Amino acid sequence: MMEPGLYHLLFISAALFFIGVYGFFTRRNLITMLMSVELVLNSVNLNFIAFNKYLWPNKLDGLFFSIFVIAIAAAEAAVAIAIIINLYRSHHSIDVENAEEMKF
Amino acid sequence: MNDFLQIPMLQVLPFGKDIGWALLLIPLLPLAGFLLLGLFGRKHIKNSSGIIGTSLLLVSTVLSLYTAYGYFFEYGKVNGVYQKLIPLQYTWLQFSPGLSIDMGIILDPISVMMLVVVSFISLMVHIYSLAYMKGEDRFPTYYAFLGLFTFSMLGLVMASNIFQMYIFWELVGISSFLLIGYYYDRPSAVAACKKAFIVTRFADLGFLIGILILSFYAGTLDFNTLIQRLTSSSAPEFQTAVASSFLGVSALTWALVLVFIGGAGKSAMFPLHVWLPDAMEGPTPVSALIHAATMVVAGVFLVARLFPVFSMSPPALQVVSYVGVISALFAAVIACTQTDIKRVLAYSTISQIGFMMFSLGVSGSGGENGLGFTASMFHLFTHAMFKALLFLGAGAVIHFIHSNEMKDMGGLRKYLPITHITFLIACLAISGVPPFAGFFSKEEILLAAYHHNAIIYWIALITSGLTAFYMFRLYFSIFWNKEAPSPLERAGGEVHGEGGFAMMMPLVLLAVGAAVAGFIPFGNFVSSDGKLLESAFHLQFSIAPVALGLAGIFAAMWLYKKQNNKPDAIAASLNGFYKAAYHKFYMDELYLFITKKILFNLIGRPAAWFDKNVVDGMVNMTGNTTQAISEKIKGFQSGKVQQYAIYFLAGVIGLAVLFIYIWK
Repeated sequence: MMEPGLYHLLFISAALFFIGVYGFFTRRNLITMLMSVELVLNSVNLNFIAFNKYLWPNKLDGLFFSIFVIAIAAAEAAVAIAIIINLYRSHHSIDVENAEEMKF
Repeated sequence: MNDFLQIPMLQVLPFGKDIGWALLLIPLLPLAGFLLLGLFGRKHIKNSSGIIGTSLLLVSTVLSLYTAYGYFFEYGKVNGVYQKLIPLQYTWLQFSPGLSIDMGIILDPISVMMLVVVSFISLMVHIYSLAYMKGEDRFPTYYAFLGLFTFSMLGLVMASNIFQMYIFWELVGISSFLLIGYYYDRPSAVAACKKAFIVTRFADLGFLIGILILSFYAGTLDFNTLIQRLTSSSAPEFQTAVASSFLGVSALTWALVLVFIGGAGKSAMFPLHVWLPDAMEGPTPVSALIHAATMVVAGVFLVARLFPVFSMSPPALQVVSYVGVISALFAAVIACTQTDIKRVLAYSTISQIGFMMFSLGVSGSGGENGLGFTASMFHLFTHAMFKALLFLGAGAVIHFIHSNEMKDMGGLRKYLPITHITFLIACLAISGVPPFAGFFSKEEILLAAYHHNAIIYWIALITSGLTAFYMFRLYFSIFWNKEAPSPLERAGGEVHGEGGFAMMMPLVLLAVGAAVAGFIPFGNFVSSDGKLLESAFHLQFSIAPVALGLAGIFAAMWLYKKQNNKPDAIAASLNGFYKAAYHKFYMDELYLFITKKILFNLIGRPAAWFDKNVVDGMVNMTGNTTQAISEKIKGFQSGKVQQYAIYFLAGVIGLAVLFIYIWK
């Protein structure tokens, strides 16, 4: 059986990224959209880890970056959920199409 | 402070060490009155404001008389020639080492004479107004404006610098504007004050350009230096000013004619006279002060101040004399037909100022030739007396009758005895009946004209006959004519006398002035070169003007002493001419035609079209374009979060394409 190489990991990462983007564009539920964003972020993390492992095995920069991304993703999730809760309180719904007042 | 002040004459003046500072007080006291009454008058010192203004001016007048005495009898004369003294000078704006605008005081015979005239007449008017304006709501404002005017006029006559004079010139213009529009709730007064301001302002444009040309060639704004440089034919400044020409006329003549236009506007000379009759909308004492005795002679004063320069340019003097004499005749003819007593006096003022102007125009400089100059200043002096008296007398009549119209008057000699006598004296004076003041000054003017220019002499002679006629028409219509006046019933039983001491005292004082001022040997004091001028008195020469004057008086007596239909019959027989004169020769209509039909249509409308379509169009186009574009693109801000994300993604992809494939 073949060892998984850089290209495999990049393929998975790209797939995850586009799944996330697709989800972000198509889902109407804000929680699902948040989850899609997490997918995008994780695809980026996977990229960092893969490049770190295969191109500069003796360095840890990629790992640190991905830890930062995870931390920021957690913070972002907290903020996003707070927004969603507020939106639910005012609109009694977390459907993104119900919150379109902020326009021209 | 002392570094800037040069007081070169301080040591040589034996007459009081602080003469410069005393002189400074003369205009500054009325200014203080203006500030005090203008700022606090309406709230705090409403009732005493008249007294305050009057007493400040009294001090000014005393100082002026003191200065005049000192100048004429103590220190002004050096070796038989009156000097031009500059007791105070302060460099205000220094443009270059040679050119600066100074604020200074000049003392020479004409400025000292004007000081006395302005402060004295102003004092009379202040006192008179105490009674005349009593009970007015804006009483303190009135006195504040009078103070402003007196300050400006005194500053004007003492100005040692042509630009300083211009500043005060505009200040008298604005005070005149304020006082004509004093009754601002009357539309006619508002229209009149605007008209006066616009017409004189228009003329002042000429004055300003004239100043610029003069100072360009002379390289100075100082009167003394300017006159020095432009009168000696060897001076390089004079030679360039004469050598350079425009449209075949030398620069010097252009400058002087332009300066004269400014003077003609202020002095209401034809064809810029249209504002003066309308200016009678102001309170009557104001008409006496500003529109008879002082401000309107500023134009004459200006020409007299620059007279040495004028005498170097015969064409400019020709312009002055013909404009003067045409105004004199023109206004006298109109005055014969007017029925509003103040308008008669206004046209009479124009006519008399015309006399002063052409008298300057026919004068030469120096010695016997300067008779016209002396005569003009003499007439200015006597005219100030009797014309102020006439206006104040008319004010007393209007105060009594509550009307300006001649037809409402008649037989008033029983009710207004003092006014009647003083008015009669003034009428005799202006008609040139000996021995009243006007006789002497008018005689000198006619003599000067006779020696110089026959056409002007004959026109002037006819005009002086007309003067006597219209003045006595006025006199008889007011005080005789109808035997049974009914002012008492009309006033609703309210009878008041002549106006008390405050109104009668100025009348009497001015009547004394009008009666005896002629005996002043004026040539001893004021002449074109400062030397003594013996005014010879020719009995034979006086016969024609006096006879004509008496003929005018008798004609007026025959027509107007008793109520009859002769005046109407004569008016009817002169149908067209009478109508034209009654309508002031359609000058106002002509102005309206020129402004409304020609200027508005040919310049105003195209300019408005350009403004509306081109200027506004450009601005509107910018706005419309922005609006149209934003209308198109505002849909992008839809409120849909996912759409924003798509734009964002498209942008990122676009940038990626840009960086990866295009900007490698």
